[in-house]
Amino acid sequence: MSNLIISPSPHIHSKDSTKSLMRDVVIALIPAVICSVVFYGWQELLVLGVSVASCVLLEWAITKFLMKAPCTVGDFSAVITGILLALNLPYTTPWWVVFIGAVVAIGVAKMTFGGIGQNIWNPALVGRVFLLVSFPTYMTTWGAPAGVVDAVSGPTPLGAIQEGLLKGGASVQDLTAAYDYKSLLFANLGGSAGEVCALALLAGFVYLCCRKVIKPWITLSIFATVALTALVFNLANPARFTGPLFNLLTGGLVLGACFMATDYVTSPMSLWGGVIFGVGIGFLTMMIRYFGAYPEGVSFAILIMNSVVPLLNRWFHQKKFGRK
Amino acid sequence: MVKTILLIVAVITVLGLLLALVLYLVAQKFKVEEDPRIDEVEKAMPGANCGGCGFAGCRAFAEAAVKAPNLDNNYCPVGGNEVMAKVAAILGQEVKAKAPEVAVVRCNGNCEARPRVNDYDGMASCQVKAALYSGDTGCAFGCLGCGDCVDACQFGALSMDPATGLPVGDEEKCTACGACAKACPKHIIEIRPKGPRGMKVFVSCVNKDKGPVARKACANACIGCGICEKTCTHAAIKVDSFLAYIDPALCKLCRECEAVCPTGAIHGLNFPKALDKEAIKARIKARSEGNTPSVAKNKADAPSGASPSEAK
Amino acid sequence: MGGVHPHDSKISRECAIEPLPLAPVVYISVAQHIGAPSVPVVAVGDKVKVGQVIAEPGGFVSAFIHSSVSGTVKSIGPRADLAGRPSIHIEIEVEGDEWLEGIDTSDKLITELPEDNKATIEKIRLGGVVGLGGATFPTHVKLSPPPGSKCERVIINGCECEPYLTSDFRTLLEKGEQVVVGAAILKKVMGDVPCTIAIEENKPEAIAHIQEVIAKLGYQGIEVMPMKMRYPQGGEKQLIDAVMHRQVGSGALPISVGAVVQNVATALAVYDAVQKGRPIVDNSVTVTGECFPKQANLLVRVGTPLKYIVDYLGGVPADAAKIISGGPMMGRAVANLDAATVKGTGALLFLTEQQTRRAPEGNCIRCGKCADACPMGLEPFLLNKLSRNGDVEALEANAAQDCIECGCCLYSCPAHIPLLDIIRQGKGAVLGAIRARAAAAKAAAEAAKAAAEADKK
Repeated sequence: MSNLIISPSPHIHSKDSTKSLMRDVVIALIPAVICSVVFYGWQELLVLGVSVASCVLLEWAITKFLMKAPCTVGDFSAVITGILLALNLPYTTPWWVVFIGAVVAIGVAKMTFGGIGQNIWNPALVGRVFLLVSFPTYMTTWGAPAGVVDAVSGPTPLGAIQEGLLKGGASVQDLTAAYDYKSLLFANLGGSAGEVCALALLAGFVYLCCRKVIKPWITLSIFATVALTALVFNLANPARFTGPLFNLLTGGLVLGACFMATDYVTSPMSLWGGVIFGVGIGFLTMMIRYFGAYPEGVSFAILIMNSVVPLLNRWFHQKKFGRK
Repeated sequence: MVKTILLIVAVITVLGLLLALVLYLVAQKFKVEEDPRIDEVEKAMPGANCGGCGFAGCRAFAEAAVKAPNLDNNYCPVGGNEVMAKVAAILGQEVKAKAPEVAVVRCNGNCEARPRVNDYDGMASCQVKAALYSGDTGCAFGCLGCGDCVDACQFGALSMDPATGLPVGDEEKCTACGACAKACPKHIIEIRPKGPRGMKVFVSCVNKDKGPVARKACANACIGCGICEKTCTHAAIKVDSFLAYIDPALCKLCRECEAVCPTGAIHGLNFPKALDKEAIKARIKARSEGNTPSVAKNKADAPSGASPSEAK
Repeated sequence: MGGVHPHDSKISRECAIEPLPLAPVVYISVAQHIGAPSVPVVAVGDKVKVGQVIAEPGGFVSAFIHSSVSGTVKSIGPRADLAGRPSIHIEIEVEGDEWLEGIDTSDKLITELPEDNKATIEKIRLGGVVGLGGATFPTHVKLSPPPGSKCERVIINGCECEPYLTSDFRTLLEKGEQVVVGAAILKKVMGDVPCTIAIEENKPEAIAHIQEVIAKLGYQGIEVMPMKMRYPQGGEKQLIDAVMHRQVGSGALPISVGAVVQNVATALAVYDAVQKGRPIVDNSVTVTGECFPKQANLLVRVGTPLKYIVDYLGGVPADAAKIISGGPMMGRAVANLDAATVKGTGALLFLTEQQTRRAPEGNCIRCGKCADACPMGLEPFLLNKLSRNGDVEALEANAAQDCIECGCCLYSCPAHIPLLDIIRQGKGAVLGAIRARAAAAKAAAEAAKAAAEADKK
């Protein structure tokens, strides 16, 4: 018999580990990944491959050569960043732009802060927003779905509507009439890969909730806020503002609300903090969509609310046993 | 166009002046009157904010020093006599020079001498480990090896030696601030006078168990046999609860105790020459037989290895 | 609120309690309870019988200690406990099993409750009864609530929410009558208040059996309450919350909300002490673990060396890497198998390296699982940071002193951060600060009083 192990209690541990939680997120993303590949074909596969591979390699290289710390690639968090970044890009994005996005996401947004758990902003979103402001041409050229499924071609629904409004003349009703909600749900439209199939993303979200990986409060409060804000504006002026269902299903809101806003590291820990966080994201998203220069606001809204998380963590605590 | 530019320049200038006025008024209103000497003393301090003086930081020390009637209770161990002389000059007071001190590690239970008897798997912290149980070796007094002292040291003077599993001090870097001694839950680290040219003799063990128990746990333990106490001609050594302690104030660095210690628990540091056990033992034997030659007596008083002319 | 759901692993649940043969020598510690250590009243060479007092209370919060065997006192002196720390033990060489006169060792059930409550409490005190749920707090102290507080309900804790442990479950099944009588005694002593026997839902046999026994014995006001499975359901504050929907405040005692909680084994000990005049000389110990070949629930005399118990069941298995005294969540790792059992020893659990070795610590990913798991509503991730920084003030503001050390945070942390290890340190620092403040306040009040008196003169 070798020496007995001595440690303070507890002596057993749950099966959860950072790796198992992150693996669950990857599993939850698989339906969306399959959908996007089916709709967009091999080009989307290339974007996904480049994004995931460069995220993983960069994290490995940075931990090994710059930080000289234990390698954290095995925990799947870089894989998630890679997938999310790819799902946020049009499938026509050239591979080198994807690579730059990965450099910003992993190199700047994640590892400079100290790696997993230390970053303030969601790495994939930082990468995406960096590309959006640096390479607007590539980032807003939305090719039609070119995969095995026949689909409607054209710009993203939100983009089309903003363009239409700027041109003047047409009202929102006329513009949205071009889209039926079934095609929005099942992704027969132009857009970045992750915007395309709301149903696949929602399936992943339900999986994560069932596995108790994430709690649904943040996502639900985003959806509720977006729906409510859109309802109010739409009722006030239907010709100028799009309606709730349209806003829920377009522009990567589902992807953002289900997978980006719920990122552990960059979301508040307490229930009420999470709800406020979600309300903030929903409201900012709608303000950017209605009044901003960009047709799409989810990325910016999440990044802005990410910055507020430390404050929310400070203000909202859970109720302590036996105390007021 | 020119008009617009001029207007902007004018507006900015006026705004700047207004804000400057506000800043000035606020600064006047919230001005705190304090002794200017506090700033001066603080500037003279090493600025490590280590807390070795017993105050929260260098600023707190400076405030206390300025208020204090004399500097007897305010001593910066890090800056030492040099800094204290400056402080005394600023405050126009006297300061007694103190002998420089360093931290010494009083455990020499290395991996060979003190085999592991269980496998600690908790947080790598001596505090946590000490709160849990007696330790992963048979010795309930010795170093726990998790390096709380190393973490506590702000001067990089301590490091864990992977070969022995014990901390090693760097006397050049050590400022005797005492943070390591406070951090050690086993009270192994002692702040001792540095000694002439760093030379000092101390018991490198804190085990208070009875001899056989201590010996069983660690081959290098002090077993409280008292041979050192009997040998010492300067009454510098006391054995209390099976543990010897050498009073640095009385020790004359003759190294006789080091030579006679059966377990090697007594350590001499920074002596220029290696310990010649046989010569010292012969000297002790000659003395006990009564025919002590006067030259040998003198030699015994002088630090071994240093010639009598070098020692003052 | 909070809690975790580890697999209950009660693999020894079918093993009936069997008495362990007497060890050749026992070592009885004088510090087996919370409070002052007891003072030995025997001398080396004395002959003692089973049930004879060998140490008397060393203060109000302290307990009698009785010899668990008959034989000769061989030595009284320091001996390492299971953590390797020395404490005073009385060594008795076993010469037989001769019980002290006046102790009823028959199996006859005595259901009539004694009239005089004061005498009952005194009997409990003389029986050396302490809380056997783990805290080993002297029971007679708990039964003497401070003036001004009133007990409204006695709760008998049969949750046994820790995985692996089955001794309380077996006690309920095999000695249900005695436990119920013990509950009735406690209920009567506290002023004939209602009594709830709380049993977790994973023990349906025990729930049914105790319900039958209550009906058979015909006591009024004793009910069985099935509890949801959850760790730490059996924590005192959590149990009171679940049964009475009242939350005991920070630093307060259960009596502040009108509750008195006693463990099942304590209720049995109360029965023995009051009805039979039999002090605590033995307790049931679950010996278990997947790697341990022979599961057992043993009736072990107090002071039996752990090694003797293990050897009786076939020795330490080769793949056992950790031996735990108690359950896997709150038990203590055994550093020294030569240590002897105490009254509170409830289990010996053997775990393999794979089951128990901690994974390397990673970065906090701020998932908040520790906060979800904390049954006290604390935020371990925050306390972890504050403890590491030594910020005692902030620790107190964030209620580190309320931590019940249940281990749920460390159990659930996916990054394997040793949360509880470090929070214990912080909690200790806060409790120290609170004590220092109280002492300073007391000293100041006394000084003020002295000054006032001096003024009068």
